[in-house]
Amino acid sequence: MGRHVLLIEDEANITEAIRFLLTREGWTVDTHADGRDAIEVIRAAKPDLVILDVMLPGKSGMDILRELRDSDGLRDLPVLMLTARGQSRDREMAEKAGVNRFMTKPFSNAEVVTAVRDLYAQASRT
Amino acid sequence: MATLNLMVLVCLAYVALLFIVAFAADRLAATGRSTWLRSPLVYTLSLSIYCTAWTFYGAVGYAARSGLEYVTIYLGPTLVMVGWWWGLRKLVRVGRSQRVTSIADLISSRYGKSNLLAICVTVLAVVGITPYIALQLQSITLSFSIFFEEAPVGAYSDASVVFWVAAGLAVFAILFGTRNLDANERHHGVVTAIALEAVVKLIALLAVGIFVVWGLSGGVSETMARIDASPIGEWKVNGSRWATITFLAVAAFVCLPRMFQVMVVENDDERHLRTAAWAFPTYLLLISLFVVPIAVVGLEVMPEGSNPDMFVLTVPLSQGRETLAMLSFLGGFSSATSMVIVAAMALSTMVSNHLVMPIWLSSQSDRASVSGDVRHVILLARRVSIAVIMALGYFYFRLSGGGAALASIGLISFAGIAQILPALVGGLFWRGATRSGALAGLTVGFALWLYTLLLPGLGGGLMPDWVLSDGPFGIGWLRPQALFGIQGLDPIVHAVMWSMLLNTAAFCAASLLSFPSPLERLQGAQFVNVFDHSAGPRGWTGSVAQSEDLMIMSQRILGAREAQDLFQSEAALQGGRGHLPEPTPLFLERLERELSGSVGAAAAHAMIGQIVGGSSVSVEDLLAVADESAQLMEYSSQLEVKSGELARTAKQLREANEKLTQISLQKDAFLGQISHELRTPMTSIRAFSEILRDNDGLNTQDKVRYATIIHDEALRLTRLLDDLLDLSVLENGQVSLNMRDGILAEVLDRAVASALAGAEASLAVRRRRISETVQVRSDLDRLAQVFINLIANAQKYCDAPNPELTISVHDVGGQAVVDFIDNGSGIPAEVQSTVFEKFFRVNAEKAGGAGLGLAISREIMLRLGGDIVYLPGQSGGAFRVTLPLAGQMAAQ
Repeated sequence: MGRHVLLIEDEANITEAIRFLLTREGWTVDTHADGRDAIEVIRAAKPDLVILDVMLPGKSGMDILRELRDSDGLRDLPVLMLTARGQSRDREMAEKAGVNRFMTKPFSNAEVVTAVRDLYAQASRT
Repeated sequence: MATLNLMVLVCLAYVALLFIVAFAADRLAATGRSTWLRSPLVYTLSLSIYCTAWTFYGAVGYAARSGLEYVTIYLGPTLVMVGWWWGLRKLVRVGRSQRVTSIADLISSRYGKSNLLAICVTVLAVVGITPYIALQLQSITLSFSIFFEEAPVGAYSDASVVFWVAAGLAVFAILFGTRNLDANERHHGVVTAIALEAVVKLIALLAVGIFVVWGLSGGVSETMARIDASPIGEWKVNGSRWATITFLAVAAFVCLPRMFQVMVVENDDERHLRTAAWAFPTYLLLISLFVVPIAVVGLEVMPEGSNPDMFVLTVPLSQGRETLAMLSFLGGFSSATSMVIVAAMALSTMVSNHLVMPIWLSSQSDRASVSGDVRHVILLARRVSIAVIMALGYFYFRLSGGGAALASIGLISFAGIAQILPALVGGLFWRGATRSGALAGLTVGFALWLYTLLLPGLGGGLMPDWVLSDGPFGIGWLRPQALFGIQGLDPIVHAVMWSMLLNTAAFCAASLLSFPSPLERLQGAQFVNVFDHSAGPRGWTGSVAQSEDLMIMSQRILGAREAQDLFQSEAALQGGRGHLPEPTPLFLERLERELSGSVGAAAAHAMIGQIVGGSSVSVEDLLAVADESAQLMEYSSQLEVKSGELARTAKQLREANEKLTQISLQKDAFLGQISHELRTPMTSIRAFSEILRDNDGLNTQDKVRYATIIHDEALRLTRLLDDLLDLSVLENGQVSLNMRDGILAEVLDRAVASALAGAEASLAVRRRRISETVQVRSDLDRLAQVFINLIANAQKYCDAPNPELTISVHDVGGQAVVDFIDNGSGIPAEVQSTVFEKFFRVNAEKAGGAGLGLAISREIMLRLGGDIVYLPGQSGGAFRVTLPLAGQMAAQ
């Protein structure tokens, strides 16, 4: 089993870009585009890492993160959060909710790859 | 020589007669057929209680001792009656219009209904009158002693007679003075009885005089000769004493509680004064006519050392005329009893109303509103007061031991009562007189009277001799009978001068220095201008019509519900059938209290007065009150305005703050949205351009695909920026519209073609072209933009297997109505109200745009003079566009 990432993002083009980048890095990339059933999808997919958009249809990434942190088994799941709303308030909220890394769109590809790599390494060490 | 039994029998018979007369008069008055009871003659005769035993017996004694000075006692009332008739009329008018019950009530009422003043006057009156009552009792004792025992005066001390006399008089006063609590406080029985007594004493004195002149002296000329020979006939006038005593007689006539009782309270008709103005001086003239002859002859025929006070009795007795002496005795008895009865009644009214009732009411504040209870208590208080006053007189008589010359007690008493005069006259004629002034004057006058006259005059160790000779604490100029070093004056003159001078000065000074309350002003105006205000003497008899007026006024002030409740409960209390209570004094007082809670005491009083008392308050008075309250009102309204302004400012600030917060939130949300809409395509562009840059080994197919994504996202960005600019221009009203006439069908053709061009056109558009040939006036390009947006939305979001859009056109009220209805599931009800907001998207996955299309469409339609709304309840998504027609339908 390789490293497994679940990407929850509703913009198809961004999903495709990230899938391309991480697949090339050796990751297995699953994607999902809806916020409403995101928790169930995460629970079922049991990924090593989740990349989570904030503005999702149905339920915001912020709420999904809070629920993750309240759920048994998913509490320590590394989460990289992406947002297109460049407001500092979002960063504070995300950090309060227990995000592992917070990034603002547009990002450089290298940033995303490095971030995913770092998060995985941290999770593996502990 | 008459026996004691006979004397007692005669007395009892006489008293029984008085009882019968009084009882009959009361009965007659109750039937309402008592016109003669209310005649001016009875009124005039009732005034004769001025002539007490002091004048009946004492005048002769006075003349025997001091010559013609006794005339001053009669001169005072005569001057008042003849020269100050209009002043008395004013007093009577005021007393009746204000429904006063006593002189104390009058003073209190004038000065803002101050009970403190009433208490002062009451105390002054009780202190001043009690010796006077004792004097009457003493005169009865003396006259008894003359009859059946020619013992030296003063040695006789059969107090039991006096006791029974006092008790009998008390019973009489209680029976006829407190039978009921008439609103007008008139006692016909008592008045008729004292009128009878007035006749008896006049006849008695005239009979003795006639006997002396014609029986003893032998004719008028003989008598005149005797008078000329006697020292009494000498015209020795002590100017200051004459002036002082005349003044005291004037003051007493006006201020004495018993005089006030008969003159004002018992007055039935103001016009009676007109008769009394000549009739009463005539009565005084008649009763004083034979004083000098009796004195002169008495001094001649009676042995040396006889008491001249008793000449009226002793002269006939010495001549063996027992019947005449008996008549004379009855005259003296009448004088004494009538004075005692009326004085006791007047004082008891004052004591019960101003001392007992306030104390009782304050201790019973809750139950005081029960009317029956209060009536019972008032009557009881009056009866007890009469008994107590009578007992005071009796004990004073017992303690003082009698013996003092009758006249001196009378004058001391007069001087005390005269202290009321400044407050009374000032109150009637000077609007500037205030409660503080009246209080100051009364207090100063009362104190000086006590200090300079009553205490030194009473003897019996009440004032030590060394105070009289050296002054208190050895301060010479404070000697009671030589104040401020003025010596050599007659004590009466001295005391009256100082007490009245300082009384008046204090009254004026305190009045000028103090500020009257609104109620004082109002009462002052009513007293001083009583003739302007009241058309004539009238009672406070109310009618149901007045109750209605009161009701209307009360509703305005208290509110409809409260006023109705109050009136209904009062009506129920009175036991009436209707819902309006009778305007009884009790009810009016309650109403005034209720109203004063809302509009202040003076205004409430004035308002009720306006309705119940007719025009008892002039506009001027109301203005004076209003002036004062206006200042307060202005001040409080300024405060109110200020606090209102503050409250408004605070509210505006709060609202502005809320608005700002809301705007700030909206702005944040808007910026967040724009940021999101801009950054999302930029993210894709950046990511794929980096992929293309960093990965040389990409196959051509992927390269083309990624380049296409970059291209599409760049177009999306451009569209977004265009939309934002468009919306901004529309919202700011900077858009320039190209209005022209056009056929709706052509605009729709263009829109359908444009919306479906290039797309994998699965949407079927159904139209009824015949209805579309209407001519509209619009910016046709902008209109097409709206239609394109609607058709594109249907194409994007209609979720039916075979999507269909029906476009139908109607003419409704001069407007073209274009409906776009598809066969999809429509927009969920919970978001239908937000579809026109910026960045609204039903389904983000399918959205190509930024969610600005409908927002822009609405802005356009509003600019074009039409509208666009969502139509709920249709089979699918449904929008309705309305726009103005071009004036007429196009020809088909």
